[in-house]
Amino acid sequence: MYRYDQYDQAMVDTRVAEFRDQVERRLSGKLAEEHFRPLRLMNGLYLQLHAYMLRVAVPYGTLSGAQMHVLADIADKYDRGYGHFTTRQNIQYNWIKLEETPDLLADLAAVEMHAIQTSGNCIRNISSDQYAGAAADELIDPRPYAELLRQWSSFHPEFCTLPRKFKICVIASDTDRAAMKLHDIGIRIIRNDAGEIGAAFYVGGGMGRTPMIAPCIREFVPLDQLVTYSEACLRVYNRYGRRDNKYKARIKILVHELGAAEYTRQVEEEFAHLKTQGIEPPIAELERIKTYFADPAFDADASDAIDRSDALFARWVDRNTHPHKQKGYAIATISLKPVGGIPGDASAHQMHVMADLARDYSFDECRVTHAQNIVLAHVRKADLYALWQKLVAADLATANLDTIGDIIACPGLDYCSLANARSIPVAQKISRRFAESGKEDAIGELKLKISGCINACGHHHAGHIGILGVDRKGTENYQLLLGGCEGDDTSLGKITGPGFDEDGIVDAVEKATDVYLAQRQEGERFLDTYRRIGVDIFKEAIYG
Amino acid sequence: MVESQYRFRDDEPVGDPAVTVDSFAEQSNASAVRIEPGDDARELLPYLEQLRLVEVNFPAFTDGRGYSAARVLREAGYTGELRAVGEVLVDQIAALRRCGFDSFAPDKPLDPADVDSAFARWPDVYQATTDGRVPIWSKRHG
Amino acid sequence: MKILTGNDLKTGAVTWWTGYDWSLHVEDAVDVGSEADAILAREEGARRVNASYAIDAVRDTDGGVRPAHIKDRIRALGPTVRPDLTLKPADPNAGNWVI
Ligand code: SF4
Repeated sequence: MYRYDQYDQAMVDTRVAEFRDQVERRLSGKLAEEHFRPLRLMNGLYLQLHAYMLRVAVPYGTLSGAQMHVLADIADKYDRGYGHFTTRQNIQYNWIKLEETPDLLADLAAVEMHAIQTSGNCIRNISSDQYAGAAADELIDPRPYAELLRQWSSFHPEFCTLPRKFKICVIASDTDRAAMKLHDIGIRIIRNDAGEIGAAFYVGGGMGRTPMIAPCIREFVPLDQLVTYSEACLRVYNRYGRRDNKYKARIKILVHELGAAEYTRQVEEEFAHLKTQGIEPPIAELERIKTYFADPAFDADASDAIDRSDALFARWVDRNTHPHKQKGYAIATISLKPVGGIPGDASAHQMHVMADLARDYSFDECRVTHAQNIVLAHVRKADLYALWQKLVAADLATANLDTIGDIIACPGLDYCSLANARSIPVAQKISRRFAESGKEDAIGELKLKISGCINACGHHHAGHIGILGVDRKGTENYQLLLGGCEGDDTSLGKITGPGFDEDGIVDAVEKATDVYLAQRQEGERFLDTYRRIGVDIFKEAIYG
Repeated sequence: MVESQYRFRDDEPVGDPAVTVDSFAEQSNASAVRIEPGDDARELLPYLEQLRLVEVNFPAFTDGRGYSAARVLREAGYTGELRAVGEVLVDQIAALRRCGFDSFAPDKPLDPADVDSAFARWPDVYQATTDGRVPIWSKRHG
Repeated sequence: MKILTGNDLKTGAVTWWTGYDWSLHVEDAVDVGSEADAILAREEGARRVNASYAIDAVRDTDGGVRPAHIKDRIRALGPTVRPDLTLKPADPNAGNWVI
């Protein structure tokens, strides 16, 4: 994985010093909250329901075992012994003290980590495929391109007061595991007919209040123009994105209102101009970054055999591992969704365990997924059993990847000051009910996603089943959506009808899955059945 | 006309009041113009030779359109004074300068000590702009 | 009644205006009547509290104070999904109060 050189380290250290100075000025009264707020947000520090919340960047979701250990130490030292892995592949802490934040950031900087641009109206941490560098279906590792753009977007002088936040995603495989088309810019690294590697740009996707799927605005940007093209996309947005209404300020609205063709024309014009400005790093820089992402030293003789005599282990292998490009290896996902647990939460102890497992079984590297799980990307199949046993001991071996128990849930009204309703208790009830009834296994793949408000941090639009918390005259109420999907056949879920209370929404989810179980044909997932038979049969079962 | 608190130029400041972009179009002999956030800086490109002062107004520091306006002008070769006016704050001036501003006229005067540390803070930069600083990628590759 | 709440500037902890100071406990909150804006402006200026605001609340039968909105009740108690981290870790039914 990428390592800082003296320049990267100096940038992060400087930001710590700068933030320390900003915090001092805030506490001494020199800096008003109104002016401090955007500065702390640009450094990932929110004021939430119970305390300050700090979001730490995990660039494109990849971190080392040593870094994971420090995340655990921070949970113990500055927080209350746990952290929450987010749908943007970051981690956030819920109980941070403003006065201690500069020291916390210094601890992070010591292991090449930071909270830079994890919030605020700027270019956020860049997300990527959690199986990058390991997936069997990958063209090339997308992370060097994400790293190139990370550096370009960090402290970008022109783009630190955009109309609204800006999220970029980079992938490089046929299967989209990162919801690429639901980002402000989605980049797919591809090979063109001439055999050259380049990037397809999808601009103007997003979830939130007005979910939109990004159109492709350019099929091929050469690798030596990635930064320049991105800058052109951003400049058009910074100049013309709406600033009169914060709900219409995302780039998706600009692209929608101008039309993709007109937006593209403006970008191309800006691009033609910017190409004359010498803002693109040389290809040698991309090559330098790439050397950090070379394959680890795989054991060429590793065997594909797995001893499946332990049935519980075999079940975990079937559910939580994924094919690796290298013979004898597998990608293992550690579920942070124990039955009845809080999706994405991990205790400091669990983080230490995962850090050790990354070191012992996966070349000292792990990833955070947008589904709020942790991936060990390069595990020898021969080691899977030993790994699994250690996961069992740390309560990390839940075999439910991509099932109805693997729920994405935002923090909701238990933590978030923007929330309308709690997300986590709903997730807990659903997870318990389906695990206990055994239906979870019968149903198989079903992506259920819960957001506590329209901001959609829980990606409810993209859930096969989505749940949206709303405020109905001061009480929590939940709307049900069906038919959403991220990935290659991205679709947006549709609201089925009137909302429910907490128990009602759990019942409604069960009724929807019962329709599926009764109607499914051979090999169909929930989503396939839904797409084949349509919403009416579901509505009848839910409301009839 | 507003007074600059900071000015990084050796030439004489322009005495003329800055006119709006609209009246500039009609009054072709003006040498100073003021851009509001909604104005298109590219409309000024045909007149760069005659312009000696462009003021870019920041009615609210959170509206970042002026950063792009500045870069558009500098990238087109404008060499006159580029002055940030309005809600210009110490925590933004380093970025403003990178975008091409060489003069600052904040509504509320800034603390000189804070300004000094803001300008001195960043030893290096990741991006190339017209301010002449050598980006990190260039240092890495000679 | 009208009560005032916010977060401690330095620590972020949820606090309630007691008439002369800020308390962690909602039951210490006092009715500020029409004084809300003046107190808030003064207290923000004193930098003891951040993001403060006035809310409606009622006095409970047992003498407690119950904010009108569920959001402020969750702020008063703590996260319902982590009873151990709330202000009433020993009371298994504390979470019911917020609903
Ligand atoms: S979706 Fe709403 S409630 Fe959930 S984390 Fe985002 S802003 Fe908060």
